Amino acid sequence: MSTSTPVNTNGTKASNAAKPSKAGAVADWADSRLGLATAMKKNLRKVFPDHWSFMLGEIALWSFVVLLLTGTFLTLWYRPSMGETVYHGSFQQLNGLEMSEAYSSTLNISFDVRAGLLMRQMHHWAAMLFIAGMMVHLLRVYFTGAFRKPRELNWVIGCLLLLLGTLEGFTGYSLPDDLLSGTGIRAADGFIKSMPVVGTYISFFLFGGEFPGDSIIPRLYTVHVLLIPGVLLGLIAAHMLLLVYHKHTQWPGPGRTNENVVGYPMLPVYAAKAGGFFFIVFGVTALLGGFLSINPIWRYGPYNPSEVTAGSQPDWYMGWPDGLLRIMPGWESNFWGVTIGWNVLVPIIIMPGVMFTILLMLPFIESWITGDKRDHHLLQRPRNAPTRTALMVALMTFYGISWMAGGNDIIAIVFHLSINSITYFNRVAVFLGPIIAFIITRRWCISLQRHDNETLLHGYETGVIMRDASGGYTEKHLPLPVADQYTLTARDRDEIYQIESATDENGVQAPGTRKERLRASLSSWWYRNNQQKPTRAELEAAHHHAADEAAHDAPLVGQRADGHQFDGRHGTEGDDLAHHKD
Amino acid sequence: MSIDHEQRTGSELVAAEPDPVPDPGMEEHLPRPTDVDPIAERRAERQVATLFGLSVLFTLGFCVAYFAIKIKGRTDPPHIFGWGASNVALGGCLGIALLLIGTGAILWARKLMGDHEIMEMRHPARSSDEDREEALSALSLGTEESGIARRPLIRNSMLAAMGALGLPAIVALRDLGPLPGKKLFHTVWTEDMPIVQDVTGTKIKASDMQVGQLVNAEPGVFYDAFTPPGGGTTVEVPEGVTAQEDRAKAAIVVVRMDPDAITPAKGRADWGVNGILVFSKICTHVGCPISLWEQQTHHLLCPCHQSTFDLADNGKVIFGPAGHALPQLPIKVDEDGYLVAQSDFTEPVGPSFWERG
Ligand code: HEM
Ligand code: FES
Repeated sequence: MSTSTPVNTNGTKASNAAKPSKAGAVADWADSRLGLATAMKKNLRKVFPDHWSFMLGEIALWSFVVLLLTGTFLTLWYRPSMGETVYHGSFQQLNGLEMSEAYSSTLNISFDVRAGLLMRQMHHWAAMLFIAGMMVHLLRVYFTGAFRKPRELNWVIGCLLLLLGTLEGFTGYSLPDDLLSGTGIRAADGFIKSMPVVGTYISFFLFGGEFPGDSIIPRLYTVHVLLIPGVLLGLIAAHMLLLVYHKHTQWPGPGRTNENVVGYPMLPVYAAKAGGFFFIVFGVTALLGGFLSINPIWRYGPYNPSEVTAGSQPDWYMGWPDGLLRIMPGWESNFWGVTIGWNVLVPIIIMPGVMFTILLMLPFIESWITGDKRDHHLLQRPRNAPTRTALMVALMTFYGISWMAGGNDIIAIVFHLSINSITYFNRVAVFLGPIIAFIITRRWCISLQRHDNETLLHGYETGVIMRDASGGYTEKHLPLPVADQYTLTARDRDEIYQIESATDENGVQAPGTRKERLRASLSSWWYRNNQQKPTRAELEAAHHHAADEAAHDAPLVGQRADGHQFDGRHGTEGDDLAHHKD
Repeated sequence: MSIDHEQRTGSELVAAEPDPVPDPGMEEHLPRPTDVDPIAERRAERQVATLFGLSVLFTLGFCVAYFAIKIKGRTDPPHIFGWGASNVALGGCLGIALLLIGTGAILWARKLMGDHEIMEMRHPARSSDEDREEALSALSLGTEESGIARRPLIRNSMLAAMGALGLPAIVALRDLGPLPGKKLFHTVWTEDMPIVQDVTGTKIKASDMQVGQLVNAEPGVFYDAFTPPGGGTTVEVPEGVTAQEDRAKAAIVVVRMDPDAITPAKGRADWGVNGILVFSKICTHVGCPISLWEQQTHHLLCPCHQSTFDLADNGKVIFGPAGHALPQLPIKVDEDGYLVAQSDFTEPVGPSFWERG
């Protein structure tokens, strides 16, 4: 079957080939040289399923475009130099001060270039949106199981994008060379020096000598405007190509199966909606840049290595390792004439690496445990994968507690608590919190699954209370519409991984059996207590029962208890209802 | 109700179980008001065009604001609600112009463009078996013709040649920076170097310091060339990069405490002057300059991650993530009673590193 032509549509008109026109001549010219038609015939009417959550990735994509545009504007005036200069610009408070050219040119952009401040603020706001957009998009992909085969590689690309985006944000944040960002660079130098054996060498190579030197800003600039954006661009292109190749996942529903994709065509509906959304994201960043001040570097002053502002905080996406840094005990080992500073190494070098590796491996860990090798194009509701959902919530809890620990000084001031007790609390919470979150989430998911099954079998609660002949009360349940019933049951049964046979014909243990047994028990832990959807027979039996009940209730429909039994002014002796015990 | 967990393989399930509820198929397409009512259709058309038209106005507004609103000469540039007028006007106009285009396009798509959902079959991401076979045979034919498998000598020498190219890629980066050497172990402090207030550069007289006072200070060589009183080579005032690097390591705090409160470690009894002690200002955690002094408790708190050091107890860490005490600078007074250093720090200042030992 051809995959590019719509084989089924709920529309009434077939799409017609375009009539030749003036534009046709241009098209002919281009196609004769580029052969565009072949690619276009496949993709112009490509189907994209619709759901609000599919927009989250677009936020990230479009804010990246805004970053490219505004960033390019900034490069026209920004000077990546640590050379000393005396400021004589429009901002009076800093007039006559010595500062780096980087800082003075950023002041210049903010105060003397028209629309410069707007572009700076838009650039920074777009960076926030970019990173936040990627994070929320990642959560959407994870919680709905969209990372499963065949999309694992796109998950990996997405994780790399998040990592690079974060680094890009850090390098950009450092460029203005104000007191706050300079303090950040100095801390980064401390992080690097904590690496065993190579730390001091990397630090000296990076800074061109001792901190601060005069090379770090120009080098970060190259990384910020050339190296990382180039790699990001390539990865985003690959991300999009794979998306088109795999076709978008979709939610199950009537007519939407694992073998097809239902939605609107690329041209015109999706193009208009996605294109329109670009302008929305762009517009929102412009409004943010126009009305909300961000990173007012003129308030911090130029960088001075012997000063620091109280309450120094990195940008929010750097907050969680900063929090780990704060709650880590001050462990340091000295032996054989060398030093290892665990207090810095663990929270800032090792933990981010570990977290990133876990994130990257999630699809592979899950598919190994479950032994699932099938292609999946239908999304799952988070409740239908309780362990997976709980795992991410546990990771988010870890992230959240670490992040909060990064604001321990602010929390202490706002809530009048001692920094010490907050720190001790966080040291425990960072371990216990994720475990508790895991347990609660898993149970919650399972009870939601149970509720779904109840609804399927006994119908949904109508809120109508019925009184039967013997005085008992029941709530009236009505069966779900068939389409909803189908949607709720359009999911796979969980299959616990089974070892094929522990020993081969000769009774010898097959190689890898140990591993297989681990896998089998992990798999049964993974699916334990999950509720499976009812079978057709069970559904039919339940509906049959419901029909009986409806017949039984029929004479009562239209009557209701008048409520006078409870108002205290009417005797209730002999009233069945008041004494009714179940 | 509970449904027992069933352990069956996928193929069995497919064979054994029909969908619990049969697929009712795609919903019927319901026409929108704009599909059936020409008036609604024309109204929608006007709405979309109005949005696009308004956008042009706001774009022009941006241009007008660009030229009309003055930003230079900070004496008194115009403000709106305390905001720079130019920024608000430019951002507001641009933002609204863009949002109008966005909403126009989406409205157009929703109300007027065909809204028939279409269905497409998926194909597996994998290539077909024939394609795989063809690809493999093309690959082996190519490999065969190149003879790379049959001629290990060529293969290995080529791999060696290409692998060796990795070296220049690394070697060429050598000049990124000098080797660390012993640089991290030294600062500009030397014997008899005056201790001066930072910013003003004035010398500090021991008798002028109050108990409980903290002064941020620097080596005097940042202000005047320094010649050791006993004679010797003059150290010039550092300039440019060197000045920044020296400043980053040499910053100190001078504190005066009640001498009875101080418990000097072994060998440090004569490192202070009448309860005046000097410590590095650079946090031993990751290197923030420390600034918060609680004179009652003699605690110095780092604003970055709240490491707290007890200056009455040799700069020991009493709370927070720092791994070792703040280095102390041994001091004395010169013949006029001004504070000077006895020597450089006896250990590296700032965060720890592998070679620190
Ligand atoms: C893709 C992700 C990017 C992120 C996350 C990002 C982030 C940032 C951030 C947070 C700043 C600090 C802004 C401030 O001063 O408040 C910055 C500055 C800067 N960025 Fe980017 N940026 C990105 C891409 C780009 C690109 C593609 C360019 C150029 C082609 C660019 C050019 C600049 C310049 C010149 C500055 C310094 C000017 C200034 O600070 O005012 N950026 N960036
Ligand atoms: S730098 Fe001082 S506590 Fe981290």
